[in-house]
Amino acid sequence: MDFSFSDDQLELRSTVATVLGDWCTPADLHARYVGPDADLGRTKGRWSAIADLFVCGLLIDEELGGLAMDDVDLIGIAEEAGVVVLPEPLSTTAGVVFPLAASTTAGAPRVKDALERGLSATFGGAAFGAKHHKITTTVSGGEASTPRVGYGTADLFLLVVELAGDLQIHLIERDEVAVTPTPSLDLTREMATVTWSPSGTTMICSGGEASLLVEQLLQRAALYSAAELLGLCEAMLSLTASYVTERKQFGVPVGSFQAVKHHLAGARVRLEFARPALYRAAYSLATGAETSAHDVSMAKSMASDAADEAARVSLQCHGAIGYTFEYDLHLAMKRAWALSADFGDARSHRARIFDLVTAARG
Amino acid sequence: MDLTFTEPQQAFRQEARAWLEANVPKPGTLRSLDTKEGFEDHRVFERTLFDGRWSVVSWPEAFGGRDVGIMEWLIFEEEYYRAGGPRRVSQNGIFLLAPTLFEFGTESQLTRYMSKMASGEEIWCQGWSEPDAGSDLAGIRSKATKVDGGWLLNGQKTWCSRGAFAHRCFGIFRSDPEADRHRGLTYYLIDMAAPGVTVRPIGQLDGETGFAEVFFDDVFVADEDVLGGIGEGWKVAMATAGSERGISLRSPARYTEAAGKLMDLLAATSAGDVNGFDPRAAIADEVVRAYLDAEAYKLHTYMTATKVRAGHKVGAEASATKIFWSEVDVNIHQAALRLLGEGADLYEAVERGGVDLSEWLDGYLFALSGPIYAGTNEIQRNVVAERMLGLPRG
Repeated sequence: MDFSFSDDQLELRSTVATVLGDWCTPADLHARYVGPDADLGRTKGRWSAIADLFVCGLLIDEELGGLAMDDVDLIGIAEEAGVVVLPEPLSTTAGVVFPLAASTTAGAPRVKDALERGLSATFGGAAFGAKHHKITTTVSGGEASTPRVGYGTADLFLLVVELAGDLQIHLIERDEVAVTPTPSLDLTREMATVTWSPSGTTMICSGGEASLLVEQLLQRAALYSAAELLGLCEAMLSLTASYVTERKQFGVPVGSFQAVKHHLAGARVRLEFARPALYRAAYSLATGAETSAHDVSMAKSMASDAADEAARVSLQCHGAIGYTFEYDLHLAMKRAWALSADFGDARSHRARIFDLVTAARG
Repeated sequence: MDLTFTEPQQAFRQEARAWLEANVPKPGTLRSLDTKEGFEDHRVFERTLFDGRWSVVSWPEAFGGRDVGIMEWLIFEEEYYRAGGPRRVSQNGIFLLAPTLFEFGTESQLTRYMSKMASGEEIWCQGWSEPDAGSDLAGIRSKATKVDGGWLLNGQKTWCSRGAFAHRCFGIFRSDPEADRHRGLTYYLIDMAAPGVTVRPIGQLDGETGFAEVFFDDVFVADEDVLGGIGEGWKVAMATAGSERGISLRSPARYTEAAGKLMDLLAATSAGDVNGFDPRAAIADEVVRAYLDAEAYKLHTYMTATKVRAGHKVGAEASATKIFWSEVDVNIHQAALRLLGEGADLYEAVERGGVDLSEWLDGYLFALSGPIYAGTNEIQRNVVAERMLGLPRG
């Protein structure tokens, strides 16, 4: 039993965190709220800087140009992407789309190519359902439409569709799809509806293989969004702790009042205990444990709860300044709200756990 | 990161499991440890544990332990609760005082006290709180006055768990009347049978005398029973408090075991069982959340144990831990009582779908003390805010 990260893992995380911190400041994020194209130069440079770190291929075999590391190596990096409210799909590319596509025969060479070209990737078309997954892509006259795809700015799209009862996973480049941005609260993650034409050349797997992979896709999406949520918690709580230490009322810092302390301590405790659940889930996916569905659902439900509470108390402890568009808090708060509900919210994951645990306890 | 156990650890688990299955008494066999008879029942069981060398597995062999590491201790605890082992009557001694004695005690103190503590021959109680010093522990007023060869203790302690029947007491007293607050305190190891000690048992919420007031009237304590230096009482006491709030008092197995039973109870409950409505819709989420929190506490403990093994000292995070486990305990039992519905207040044992429903009520009353003792959760939140988030003191 060794529940810790190695020095190499911590060093890699810290290296990535430094680059993310340099390239993704609150000013960069505020610019996205002025207009998605307002600071595109910085956006492109930021993704290049990330791609140059080789983190996108962290989970990919060496023969495909990856680093052959595992989810335990990547999970802390995903937390750091949350800390800075990264507008690009770092953990979605590295932790969700690439490993999934690379596990298929047709997808593997495409991942190799995408890594060489430094592409970013996102996905859509499937969500957790009551018992199994549900497919959200609709098809009409040979044209597919996939709603609620996050990171509409991505270069590559992994999309799930059911055609005449056959479940299929496709991998399509940006110039082959039509991306229609959907206005949403968090403007830094550009939600979009993607319209596309499924074809034999875009398909990377189908049938029973696709069915297994969709469950993995959703588990991976839940795990890495949980990691970002904990990074967001850290960011919101640290911003709030600084604010209440500086802000004075009645001649003293408002953070010296117990009412404020207890709000923030409660959120900090939630974060403290969500972390080991996240790391255990990463370990379970990395080792292919039979308990991965349970462990991932636990991580996501705890992370969603922790982020909801951190957002709520951060806003309250800031007072009116936290409610403004110009202050930094809403950048993290809006991402937290979105990710808390996406890929299964806390309650739906607890419902999954109830089914899994009662089945296991017989 | 490696979340598996080694082969020797798995063998240790099997050995513990086999012994406990053969030796742990059936539920209900031992009378309540907060009664005089039950106290003795539990001491007999402590002796059995000690004879099997299972009472203090992490201690040196010289004092009856097995000298195993913190991971093995956690494994033992998991097996202990899995086997349905009773509450430990010696817990104030073995979990709270012992870590402090190992850190600050003299050779003579270790020789005189450890083995008897481990075997249940001597049960220890804690003498810290006073009528006017609870959460504000530094406000204690009970005095120690230097005399030839030792000290005379005067004053009053209260809420002493096990105090009604304990043989010895570890307490802090003001040894320097001129010093203020945290200074001038000294930690003493006291014989409860010494002349001048008067015990007044206090009935707890369940009516049993789980704790007591203890009055000291010129009670003599020899110099050799000062623990740590004179005037160092606060530092020594905080070492114990860290143990109490942290992992040594409440091992996670206690909660994961109860949480598993709670999940069984939910599965055995069907529509109409609870006050006429379907609990799956109304309570299931609360149940699963309590189950997950117990599981999270276990994982967090393994993480802390990994750090402790690498030489890390548990600091302010012990306060976060104390808040979490005490609330998990309340939440587990509260969810169970909600599932029991209108029958929840009955003491008689009932059964639903093959699941035993006794013990939830007692467990709930016991759990309710958690957010109060060992420093109230409000005090712990102050510590978390100030030392983990850097908020200003006020």
